[in-house]
Amino acid sequence: MPTPDPRQPVAGTTIFDGEQARKGYALNKMCYSFNEAANRQAFLADEQAYCDAYALNPQQRDAIRNRNVLQLIQAGGNAYYLAKFAGIFGLDMQDIGAQQTGLSKDEFKAKLLAARG
Amino acid sequence: MAHIVGAITTSHVPAIGRAIAKGLQQDPYWKPFFDGFPPVREWLARARPDVVVVVYNDHGLNFFLDKMPTFAIGAAEQYRNADEGWGIPTVPPFEGDPALSWHLIESLVAQDFDLTTCQEMVVDHAFTLPMALCWPEMDWPVRTVPVCVNTVQAPLPSAQRCLRLGQALGRAIASWPADQRVVVMGTGGLSHQLDGERAGFINKEFDLQFMRSMRSDPSWATQFSTTQLVEQAGTQGVELLNWLVARGTLPDQVRIVHENYHIPISNTASGLMLLEPMR
Repeated sequence: MPTPDPRQPVAGTTIFDGEQARKGYALNKMCYSFNEAANRQAFLADEQAYCDAYALNPQQRDAIRNRNVLQLIQAGGNAYYLAKFAGIFGLDMQDIGAQQTGLSKDEFKAKLLAARG
Repeated sequence: MAHIVGAITTSHVPAIGRAIAKGLQQDPYWKPFFDGFPPVREWLARARPDVVVVVYNDHGLNFFLDKMPTFAIGAAEQYRNADEGWGIPTVPPFEGDPALSWHLIESLVAQDFDLTTCQEMVVDHAFTLPMALCWPEMDWPVRTVPVCVNTVQAPLPSAQRCLRLGQALGRAIASWPADQRVVVMGTGGLSHQLDGERAGFINKEFDLQFMRSMRSDPSWATQFSTTQLVEQAGTQGVELLNWLVARGTLPDQVRIVHENYHIPISNTASGLMLLEPMR
């Protein structure tokens, strides 16, 4: 068991604080650039060169290459910026939620519905 | 003198924009959400506001993490929407009210709220979608003042601080000499979490308690730290801080004109409230 981090008391949750903001700055800056359609196209045309231009570290590059949201969060990604990355691939929030929780998309949608009680 | 005719608080998830673009308002998935708004539009037609002050959080359109104000206010002639990364059609620009903006800035700073002032500002879905839900024809009949609260990067302003900002904003609006009718919007929430193994977290019991507190006990939420709000409402559920700012602009006694709550839209428990001051 890893030692609980007093800054991160909520299980399954990484609060985006100063430490995450420092760690993820380059990654989030790249994702911020995806607000512009031309930049989304440039990323798709040459992903490696695009990651080079934003000086992503190896952890961030791996997470981007793997399209893995939990790894992206570990690498300092912020949910609102990662949503712009996910949008490049046409993924919606249920796709993202399913990936992070290890559920199928239908199972994840059922989980949301179950919150009606 | 200007006076606040009411406050509207609503969720703002981007998927609403996609649903509007695709005309899905009566689709079975979306209907319980969109059907919450006709009573609000009927009220707006009667209330005839001149200005809307929209309290929301930017999601990485106007602000990047290079400069992250805790509180910011627009002071522009016009506010444009722009692509947020998903290519959803943008909405027509909004007319600003720079004279009112500067009055609010003067008054708020005098009340010890030191906001970042923005003479250029693009507005994202958290501003545009609540406006489009209130005026679906998007021929905006009001001027606007955006007020941004940082709900993105911790440390976030406390619930107490947000409620007090709202109270100060209410006094600032009331001291504007022009005879203007003002609506305050607070957008975001309610419970949802997009990120982490806890993604998909929704807390109906907390949301309904929070909505009840909006009527009679707005300080209820101030018992929670922002981390405890994440625990109760999810990482993005903390956007309820924007609701608290809007609530703070109203007097203690308010009347609920209309409310709606529905699970889910996208990953979010959607809430809607229309509150009127009781005089």
